[in-house]
Amino acid sequence: MNLTLKVWRQKGPEVKGKMETYQVSDVSPDMSFLEMLDVLNEELVEKGEVPIAFDHDCREGICGSCNLFIDGQAHGPMHRTTTCQLHMRSFKDGDTIHIEPFRAKAFPVIKDLVVDRSSFDRVIQAGGYVSVNTSGNTLDANAIPVPKEDADMAFDAATCIGCGACVAACKNASAMLFVSAKVSQLTLLPQGEVEASERVKNMVAQMDKEGFGNCSVTGACEVECPKGISLENIARMNREYLKANVSPGK
Amino acid sequence: MTKLDAKIPEGPIDKKWTNHKNSIKLVNPANKRSIDIIVVGTGLAGGSAAASLAEMGYNVKAFCFQDSPRRAHSIAAQGGINAAKNYQNDGDSVYRLFYDTIKGGDYRSRESNVYRLAEVSASIIDQCVAQGVPFAREYGGLLDNRSFGGVQVSRTFYAKGQTGQQLLLGAYSAMSRQISKGKITMYNRHEMMDVVKVDGKARGIIARNLVTGEIERHGAHAVVICSGGYGNVFFLSTNAMGSNASASWKVHKKGAFFGNPSYTQIHPTCIPVSGDHQSKLTLMSESLRNDGRIWVPKKKEDAEAIRQGKLKPVELKEEDRDYYLERRYPSFGNLVPRDVASRAAKERCDAGFGVNQTGEAVFLDFAAAIQRYGKTEAKVQGKENPSKEEITKLGKGVVESKYGNLFEMYEKITDDNPYETPMKIYPAVHYTMGGIWVDYNLMTTIPGCYACGEANFSDHGANRLGASALMQGLADGYFVLPYTIGDYLADDIRTGEIDINTSEFQKAEEEVKTSLDKLLNINGSKTVDHFHRRLGKIMWNQCGMSRNGEDLKKAMKDIRALRDEFWSDVRVPGTSGEMNAELEKATRVADFLELGELMCLDALDREESAGGHFREEYQTPEGEALRDDENFSFVSAYEFTGDPGKAVLHKEQLEFEAVEVKTRSYK
Repeated sequence: MNLTLKVWRQKGPEVKGKMETYQVSDVSPDMSFLEMLDVLNEELVEKGEVPIAFDHDCREGICGSCNLFIDGQAHGPMHRTTTCQLHMRSFKDGDTIHIEPFRAKAFPVIKDLVVDRSSFDRVIQAGGYVSVNTSGNTLDANAIPVPKEDADMAFDAATCIGCGACVAACKNASAMLFVSAKVSQLTLLPQGEVEASERVKNMVAQMDKEGFGNCSVTGACEVECPKGISLENIARMNREYLKANVSPGK
Repeated sequence: MTKLDAKIPEGPIDKKWTNHKNSIKLVNPANKRSIDIIVVGTGLAGGSAAASLAEMGYNVKAFCFQDSPRRAHSIAAQGGINAAKNYQNDGDSVYRLFYDTIKGGDYRSRESNVYRLAEVSASIIDQCVAQGVPFAREYGGLLDNRSFGGVQVSRTFYAKGQTGQQLLLGAYSAMSRQISKGKITMYNRHEMMDVVKVDGKARGIIARNLVTGEIERHGAHAVVICSGGYGNVFFLSTNAMGSNASASWKVHKKGAFFGNPSYTQIHPTCIPVSGDHQSKLTLMSESLRNDGRIWVPKKKEDAEAIRQGKLKPVELKEEDRDYYLERRYPSFGNLVPRDVASRAAKERCDAGFGVNQTGEAVFLDFAAAIQRYGKTEAKVQGKENPSKEEITKLGKGVVESKYGNLFEMYEKITDDNPYETPMKIYPAVHYTMGGIWVDYNLMTTIPGCYACGEANFSDHGANRLGASALMQGLADGYFVLPYTIGDYLADDIRTGEIDINTSEFQKAEEEVKTSLDKLLNINGSKTVDHFHRRLGKIMWNQCGMSRNGEDLKKAMKDIRALRDEFWSDVRVPGTSGEMNAELEKATRVADFLELGELMCLDALDREESAGGHFREEYQTPEGEALRDDENFSFVSAYEFTGDPGKAVLHKEQLEFEAVEVKTRSYK
């Protein structure tokens, strides 16, 4: 099939960007979206033009590197799918596709479709861990049984890939789904419970400092999340945050 | 000339590690504060090493080329992690895990390292649980296990099909804690371009900031390479797009010997290649072989009809199917080790029984498992005389609960529904057992330069068993290196900060800049990917699942010619002073073009078949691998001489005291 692409091009963080138009032909429906961009980039290099910069790595939907805003949706039209797992069979011959970076104040553009998501790292650094050293002298792994239901919920929250689709989908560019997924995972497990109060306060403070917006619970983040992280995590984080602030010293 | 000394401690095998830990030198806490360590790569090995070293008090500088340490390719590991916990009471022990790993590696790994790996495996699970890693649990709240290939116990811990993700996020969170304390300085989007040696010791690296293109000098008292394997030499592999061998190759060129470069793991269950546009291959977890049955048609005409779409696989009668693994290896069946399963698939496809248009695919069928689970589930639910439809529906539910995410991924990529029709799979490059040669302390032949995880050659011999890569990465980073590195650094407590304004750093920096300029100035006619694809074809056809002397000689010649062509006709657009993905690829492919030749050289030198290395000249009449213990029971360690095809071979003889060396049989 033949497609028209309108792609955001921006030379650097301080430079003004704009949409550019490209034609791609002979696209196979079995190609992934990024393979289609690979083909375009190879053509651009052969023509002596500058290829389009975009983040990608594992191409298996797990590393969270890829982050394209396709036709107004984070990761494109397929539900619960990262950009790298989106295949061209989701499009029709003759389609015009708009490709933009994930946009948020806390995700400044570096070049073309590449954004800086190190704000997510800093939020995790503020408290997204259990304070245990790697001595190997911890308790036996089976010393503390964890109810299967809690372990499963913690796992579901922990499957967040940190891609930032939730932020890109949110009209306020809020990172509540991302932050709450980590808070939930560690709160649901006995190992993380000890530091629960400090963790939620510090992570929320860092989130605000990074310039992420407020949550108005429209649920757009849950809809666009490629891993189906549930809105319930936000509710759990709000409870934890309230608890941490009304019972100081805990 | 550098002499190989594996530095294996004295004493009985089960006491070596304890004795060694008790006798090596320590660095006191105050002195650790004045010692800097560089860690390159933030996967399971690098992430765990960086976190542990920082916790101990060293100043760590960690580097990754991705935009965050959490994205290292360990994240994509699916199936699980082995540990000798014996929670299932099925007779597992440290010795059995050790024995299975040695046997799985076809008696080509170093006994003492493998025993230590098995010994610390249990602590890994304890540590990860303490960090909040949400492993799968049973209803009683205790940890669940499953089975992997090449073993007869259940010792694999898992988190659905995302075990690597959960373990890596555990290591990442431990790193994040140290970053917040200032004990780790994190350099995201940075690529190591070379190692810097001062007085023969590794004292730093030259790195490129991938956002600005700036070339930076970083000094340290030791450099730890944790940059993973080199499967991307083959262009198509299950590795990530950015996975590369450059850090390993650069230290090799500066004096680190390269161990067993030809040992490549070709994983039997991957989604087959669909076209020329393909950029990478996707694994379907080995855990699927717990329930899936592998087959091809018995008759060639049926295979032909299936290829042409005239016959559907589900229409083929049971007696017309060849479950070739169950036929050839009755005691392990579909759960034979990866090298054995891959070769068997290739054998059937080469004989004309392949089932997709390219003729390079076999079926992985869940129909029997669906029926079996469906019947059990009907009984559990108390259904008398359930209909076939009911059984199938219940069975599909059970299979979905076990493998749902993998089935979903398969359907997204192939547009085929694996609940209704068997999956099509074919072997693909997945892992490299070879890597930088290290001694028992994980130090390379460059003093002060260490290698951990997939980047080293150490624990898997000629074939790695499933769920052992995660184990090794974390064992090296959490529990081995943090102890052994002290033995070296104890002599460095008075050295003081490493000065980066010396001639050694300047020279290394200039070399890096020169080579980048050279790439940018060729201004040829073909893209980097063009060359990478061609290299991949040479490697896959001539140094892949089966090899022979003639082909390997030809491959070496072809690679040299391709390398010359690359350096005269590649086109790398843009400049070095900006974010430039094509330039990054070019530097990596330039290294692959050298490493590929060394892999072929090693495959040519090793005139036997062992594990993933299968030489057609050396096989039994039944087509099984034929090892030559008398002449090849050694680790090949290559010294760089300026020309990858003329590397000098050093041999580390392998001694086996705790196991009896036998012919590996899974029949």
